[in-house]
Amino acid sequence: MAGGGGVRWRLCRGVRLGHDPVRDTGVLLHPEGVLLLNETGAAVLALCDGTADVDGITAALSRRYAAVAAEDVEQFVRRLARRHLIEPDDPTETGR
Amino acid sequence: MSAAPQDGRPLGLLAELTYRCPLRCAYCSNPVDPGASAGELAFAEWCRVLDEARALGVLQVHLSGGEPLVRRDLPGIVAHAHRIGLYTSLITGGQALSAARLAALTAAGLDHVQLSVQDARAAEADAIAGRPVHARKLAAAALVVRAGLPLTVNAVLHRANIGSVPALVALAEHLRADRLELANAQYYGWALLNRRALLPTREQADAAEAAVRAARRRLGDGRPEIVYVPADLHDDVPKPCMQGWGARQLTVAPDGKVLPCPAAAQISGLAFLTVRQAPLEEIWFRSPAFNRFRGTDWMREPCRSCPRRELDHGGCRCQAFQLTGDAAATDPVCRLSPHHALVTGIVRDAGERPAEPVPRRSPPCGLNSCRAPHSSSRPAGSRRPTCPCCRPPCSARCRSAAPVSGSATSSSVPG
Ligand code: SF4
Ligand code: SF4
Repeated sequence: MAGGGGVRWRLCRGVRLGHDPVRDTGVLLHPEGVLLLNETGAAVLALCDGTADVDGITAALSRRYAAVAAEDVEQFVRRLARRHLIEPDDPTETGR
Repeated sequence: MSAAPQDGRPLGLLAELTYRCPLRCAYCSNPVDPGASAGELAFAEWCRVLDEARALGVLQVHLSGGEPLVRRDLPGIVAHAHRIGLYTSLITGGQALSAARLAALTAAGLDHVQLSVQDARAAEADAIAGRPVHARKLAAAALVVRAGLPLTVNAVLHRANIGSVPALVALAEHLRADRLELANAQYYGWALLNRRALLPTREQADAAEAAVRAARRRLGDGRPEIVYVPADLHDDVPKPCMQGWGARQLTVAPDGKVLPCPAAAQISGLAFLTVRQAPLEEIWFRSPAFNRFRGTDWMREPCRSCPRRELDHGGCRCQAFQLTGDAAATDPVCRLSPHHALVTGIVRDAGERPAEPVPRRSPPCGLNSCRAPHSSSRPAGSRRPTCPCCRPPCSARCRSAAPVSGSATSSSVPG
């Protein structure tokens, strides 16, 4: 997934994306708790692999879902970043 | 793009693997009754509990205690949890967290480590823990970071250490922790016994909150993230305890008793079943104890007609029971409770007539055939062989001749 010149996002250390067969829903597991995801949420997070920025993520999503707005993706991504669930993929820092 | 669960199924399980612990924190929320430690679930039983929890909807398990590392079968428990898709957190004091032990846990799929510290500096921290444990905790933190696991540093705040908030933030930064959890003591178990010794003054509580705000401003979006659990009794709006009784989380005590929260066993008149008596699913959905305080129908005034009833669920049932003898009462922390004066009285009393803390006594750790209760500290000059869990010797009666390797002693903050 190639994606734009903006900030590229990845999951923070200790954050895992999974699927819960009991609820049949995507889940984001992290040290502080669990986030239950809807289908688009799970798709956005699957694209947070350090290679795509918001435009890249939006473009990839648009191929699968109708009417994906970059602003919605941006907002979702910001919210996750504030909660330390995703972070910019910065090759110059080791994370610690 | 994310949603709150509406299905009435739990997300998190607090697995209290044991009440054994080599530390003697006076703020420990484990039960004071030594009988509570009897009949720990065996490995196969924990695996079954985890299977049942997963089928019920649990996605995350907090492996806690006591000190979970005193269980030799911990890597097996972690491996089983990981295999069935659970996110695993180890809640530990880190004393027995040697490099080899951590490697085994990491290989088993451990996701996250929460390490307790008693204060920011060794002298003060060791005085609270009742043992020289601080140095080994710092070593354990370094091991966790080196292993690439996320590290949460946790400190339970009380009168003796609440002034150390800035130093604890600095320590967490120095340790390169991802998260610092500063949690005011919850007054259950030993902590309840020691309430007059532990309760901070209102001025101390205010200063701690100001220090947290300042640290958060300085750190911005950087690490560590600071999670602050305020001093409940100084407040006049109750906490939304456990996000509601039997709503999101459950606890399984060392003997298999299934509880809506770790402190609930004390509530008399509620019959809590164990995993040996019924499947988790049945206990969660159908046991009278779990249904007793679900929703809002059980409430009386002032909660029943209060606009906050869905937000705070009337506060903590255990605290209501502890302070009023009636678990269905409004949490006395609430200023609308007819019993609110009890809470202000407790805070005032602790300020005016402080007591000396009684250190927790603990059943023997059981490692290396240690059979001595962890009571008083080592007689000066004693060079008795010791066990790696409770080194220095847990008591003069400890006969274990364990190898004194590069490992550790241990502690954890339950919950
Ligand atoms: S009256 Fe009950 S519901 Fe209202 S704030 Fe107090 S505890 Fe919460
Ligand atoms: S380390 Fe944790 S379990 Fe052990 S005594 Fe202290 S608070 Fe209790």
